[in-house]
Amino acid sequence: MKIEITNLHFTYPTGLEALKGISLTIESGEQVAIVGQNGAGKTTLVRHFNGLLQPASGSVLIGDWDTKKTSVAKLASRVGYVFQNPDEQLFSRDVLTEVAFGPRNLGYSKEKIDELVKRALSLTELSNQTETNPYDLSPTWRKMVALASIIAMDTPIVIFDEPTTGQDAVNVARIANVIAELRKEGKTVITITHDIDFCAENFERVIALFKGQVLLDGSAREVLGQEEVLAQTYVDPPQLTRLGKRLGLKETVRNQEEFLKALES
Amino acid sequence: MAFVNLQNVTYQYPLTKTPALQNINLQINEGEFVAIVGPNGAGKSTLCYALAGFVPHFFKGEISGTIEVADKESSKSTLDEWVLNVGLAFQNPFNQISGAKYTVFEEIAFGLENIGVPREEMKSRVEDAMALTGIRDLADRSPYSLSGGQQQRVALTSILVMQPRLLVLDEPTSQMDPIGTREVFGTIRKMAEDGMTVVLVEHKMEWIAQFADRVVALKDGSVLLEGKPNEVLTSTLLAENGFGISRYTSTAREGKKQGLWKKENLPVTLDEAVEGFKHNA
Repeated sequence: MKIEITNLHFTYPTGLEALKGISLTIESGEQVAIVGQNGAGKTTLVRHFNGLLQPASGSVLIGDWDTKKTSVAKLASRVGYVFQNPDEQLFSRDVLTEVAFGPRNLGYSKEKIDELVKRALSLTELSNQTETNPYDLSPTWRKMVALASIIAMDTPIVIFDEPTTGQDAVNVARIANVIAELRKEGKTVITITHDIDFCAENFERVIALFKGQVLLDGSAREVLGQEEVLAQTYVDPPQLTRLGKRLGLKETVRNQEEFLKALES
Repeated sequence: MAFVNLQNVTYQYPLTKTPALQNINLQINEGEFVAIVGPNGAGKSTLCYALAGFVPHFFKGEISGTIEVADKESSKSTLDEWVLNVGLAFQNPFNQISGAKYTVFEEIAFGLENIGVPREEMKSRVEDAMALTGIRDLADRSPYSLSGGQQQRVALTSILVMQPRLLVLDEPTSQMDPIGTREVFGTIRKMAEDGMTVVLVEHKMEWIAQFADRVVALKDGSVLLEGKPNEVLTSTLLAENGFGISRYTSTAREGKKQGLWKKENLPVTLDEAVEGFKHNA
């Protein structure tokens, strides 16, 4: 499902102009990371995709639906959004009810709901926690419940707002695995992140925002190699990209494999 | 005696079956900058709460052993005495912001109001603290209108303004942009050099190696390793126990197998990695 954003402007009631003319096309099945300084407009932008925010001017199309003319409830069948803070999202008494809430609201058949819930729980390694109250889980696992409850909705577009914040290495790997599975299924995955190494290792396309505008947009290799431009929006290139640059490697490297290969040759 | 002194501290939250901290012994000198690392569930936040007096005064539960800061013992003090020496910035800034204030400026002044600091002094301390963390432009905004990273800066500032002798920070930069993170680390380092004692929970190994004096690695509520940042952060024990490690460390470890890294010690920071790899490039 294609996302088409045309000359999008948005101003908060306080007068803060958060988005200043953004135009972007995200094709079906793309894996996109959005990076940039705190307050650059990352969360404000993605909250336009599921209609939580409405453009002051310009437009956002999700497939053939204009978000200005479509309810948030209807958009929820196309765009799933995992909040930055799981505590803003979770409300059910147990994990199973929480995860089943979304697909149930989308009106799927009972068989389909069962299947989607089972799969989401297994992907997030929560299958043995179905009866637990989400608030009895540690923040790490609450985050996984938040992920599961969106994945279970089986939307063609899934948005993660800073999924790796406060997560340890094991859980970051778990989240990377979830994203890889969604990619295999052909879903569009859009992730806001400050974890630039995670970004380099899991996303093909990177968009850098700066003060409400698009600063850079391209393949991860193109974007993450531009150290000086990224610095404008307070982003450092990934560790191994910086190392490659310092060593004078010709190619921009993104991960361990590319780095060691470039060093050998 | 050490400025911070934990002796055989074991603690269990109410209604839980296993202790969150088990027999922790930890001594920290005044002005020292100590980083705590560990997987989720290792007890890092609980240790922060214990240093800040929330464990056991607020959370209740069962505690044994002694916690001393600045020659005062936690179990013999009240929380309102304790906050004069120790400040804690929460992992989640949403949980820290008072909800009682309309602007960032007032939010940062909240702690000072509570301990009765005179008005003029309060204003200048708030101004200075905001300048230190680079948030003067947020002064008139509502704390709830801010992005996650901005909120985190406000939370940090509202602790720094109290000028605690022991500053405890639970992942203070988790929602901050990368260069902002580096700046905040620099600020904290400066505070330590000026004599503030700092305990910091963090997953970003590169910056720990660059800024901290010592690293304590926690696992399942106990101290697994303790020592100089480079020694602890390159230990194979960390990788085997689910700790995050710097890409420089993991890549050099792999490079060593292929003969591309010839030094004995592995790197944690960019400079160390450049130094060891430069002969190949």
